[in-house]
Amino acid sequence: MRKTIKATLLVMAMSLTFAAGPVIAAEGIKLPARNWSFTGMFGTFDRGSQQRGLQVYLEVCASCHSLRLLAYRNLAGIGFSEDQIKAIAAEAEVTDGPNEEGEMFDRPARPSDRFASPFPNDNAARASNNGALPPDLSLMVKARKGGADYLHALLTGYKEEPPAGFTLGDGMNYNTYFAGHQIAMAPPIADDAVEYADGTKATAKQIATDISTFLAWTAEPELEERKRLGIKVLLFLIVLTAMLYAVKRQIWKDLH
Amino acid sequence: MSNKFYENPVIKWIEYRLPIFSFIDESVGSGYPTPKNLNYWWNFGSLAGIVLTIMIVTGIVLAMSYTPHVDYAFESVERIMRDVNYGWLMRYIHMNGGSMFFLLVYIHMFRGLYYGSYKEPRELLWIIGVFIILAMMATAFMGYVLPWGQQSFWAATVITNLFSAVPLIGDSIVTWLWGGFSVDNPTLNRFFSFHYLLPFVIFALVFVHLWALHVHKSNNPIGVDIKGPQDTIPFHPYYTMKDLYGLGVFMIFFMFFVFFAPNFFAEPDNYIKANPLVTPTHIVPEWYFLPAYAVLRAVPDIWFISAKLGGVIAMFGFTLVLLLLPWLDRSPVRSARFRPIYRQFFWVFFIDCIILGWVGANTPDAVFHGIPFLWIGRAATVYYFAHFLILIPLISILEKPKMPPQSISAAVTGTASKGAE
Ligand code: HEC
Ligand code: HEM
Repeated sequence: MRKTIKATLLVMAMSLTFAAGPVIAAEGIKLPARNWSFTGMFGTFDRGSQQRGLQVYLEVCASCHSLRLLAYRNLAGIGFSEDQIKAIAAEAEVTDGPNEEGEMFDRPARPSDRFASPFPNDNAARASNNGALPPDLSLMVKARKGGADYLHALLTGYKEEPPAGFTLGDGMNYNTYFAGHQIAMAPPIADDAVEYADGTKATAKQIATDISTFLAWTAEPELEERKRLGIKVLLFLIVLTAMLYAVKRQIWKDLH
Repeated sequence: MSNKFYENPVIKWIEYRLPIFSFIDESVGSGYPTPKNLNYWWNFGSLAGIVLTIMIVTGIVLAMSYTPHVDYAFESVERIMRDVNYGWLMRYIHMNGGSMFFLLVYIHMFRGLYYGSYKEPRELLWIIGVFIILAMMATAFMGYVLPWGQQSFWAATVITNLFSAVPLIGDSIVTWLWGGFSVDNPTLNRFFSFHYLLPFVIFALVFVHLWALHVHKSNNPIGVDIKGPQDTIPFHPYYTMKDLYGLGVFMIFFMFFVFFAPNFFAEPDNYIKANPLVTPTHIVPEWYFLPAYAVLRAVPDIWFISAKLGGVIAMFGFTLVLLLLPWLDRSPVRSARFRPIYRQFFWVFFIDCIILGWVGANTPDAVFHGIPFLWIGRAATVYYFAHFLILIPLISILEKPKMPPQSISAAVTGTASKGAE
């Protein structure tokens, strides 16, 4: 009996320690681990950082990268009001149609539209980027080992000069954290690459943190709801299991 | 069927025409006598059954919003994650449920190996179990292909390609499996169809498994047959309650992953849509296939058998050898508790399986302290088969087992073989 209680506690303890999450190295390179507001069992996204991240995406990354899985209406999830969302959507143009004359036409985006993509197709994207394809960013944080840590490291991991003996290809850039170290994307951010609407000082690090937080949310928009529900479910299960254990003991008591 | 008396007239009416209530009572109720000394390792079968049910329910819900087409499958899964109410919950339960299912069933199988549950008269029960794990593997493999990510696509390509090793007709088989000349839309469609079908086949197999179980009842930790009523307790309320408590503990473990580490068992690559033109740097199967994967890659060219064909044969042999086990083990004693030599080799075998899993997770040319994984994998594979084909028969003949207690009740009360309690 004592043993079973111990085992139960062990499982619970294990569950808690897992939540801390290991630092994953990509390709043998250690990623600097950062403190994100959204890790851990009680983690939530930093709203301010998310909203600044959206600004970074729209002003910098959106000229090359799509965000196809996201609709403008989803921005309600990071604290934008309906009117703000309408205004953000209206800045983008989407193709709609056919109209009554059978023609396709451009119109400002609506909240129900998916984020407008910078290029009509992959070939057009390659043509404007020296043959390299800027991948869609919706799931980027989930699609790389290290997640947000990797993204932050990538964005701040450029070196002007490659180490001695390393030959860079034409139009390529040296990046410590990219697989193979040669990346076709030029350093997209630098100090003051954007001017934050909320007055936060836009250091390169700050920008990288904000866009990473924003993209962590686009990859896992359910994260906050999931953790909130998870706490309730676990608490319920722990109480229920304790009661089941008590009943089990009671029933078995008279046996031996 | 028993002539159990029911008061309620409705129940009585039904029972007279279809004795379903006594059937339930004799299956999982007070009418099913169960050894009184079962430990917690006997919880895993019922847990696996519950997870199978969870998989079927969440799977049916997912299938309502899933589109089995190469152009839409990936996006439809993301729609489930984002736009379907609690779709993320259904998907994460289903995704992690697959891992949980294998974890439970592997423990269930090691339990059987330790306590000799495969021995007379439970050979068929064990054999049906082997068919269940085979069907589970097929189901999980095809399920993994459905979200149509990079790992989905390349796992499907690598595994189906294995059949090309079959002499003469290999390539035709592969074309037939694919429904074309590469893994493509027809492949995805048939995988979805089978992925929907096989869990119900598993369900039927589980039914037969339990049918066989109920004939001779559960084995038990001392491996001694039930000698009479003093050795048993009714399944309900004793084991229903114990199973419920076990279920609670398991659900805490399971739900922790679902809510707080839902991608713990997943590969990041599978969140990239399948692209036939880009091969991922490493293609790793789900953790529960790693030991079999290590065996597949361990085999070299042997005489006229290519490494590929040899690997496929070894990989199937990896599971099929379990079918022979009831006849390879000749020891009259079931439980490893009373088999000092076998008990030690059981643990060596367990570690060997862990090593195979570890090898499966690494590329064959990687090295560990100067030893290539290929060679570790080969040694572990040889040991795996030697355990069943050489060690078990030898040990079972040479070992001098300890004397098990006379009966279950004698073991429980610690008294001599008096029997009555
Ligand atoms: C001038 C166009 C351009 C801009 C602006 C740009 N990128 Fe890129 N990005 C690319 C290209 C091209 C690639 C493909 C690189 C390759 O495959 O070598 C890429 C690749 C990436 C990758 C994938 C790296 C990997 O591991 O595969 C990430 C992440 C990324 N960009 C993030 C961003 C973010 C965040 C921003 C905005 C701050 C941004 N990019 C702005 C062109 C751009
Ligand atoms: C034996 C039980 C089952 C096992 C072991 C199993 C296993 C799996 C696995 C491993 C995946 C991939 C998960 C992912 O990466 O997202 C999957 C996906 C899927 N399964 Fe199952 N499954 C089972 C039963 C079922 C049933 C009964 C159904 C439907 C009737 C079903 C429907 C689906 C669907 C639609 C998907 C794709 C959606 C998704 O990827 O989440 N499954 N399954």
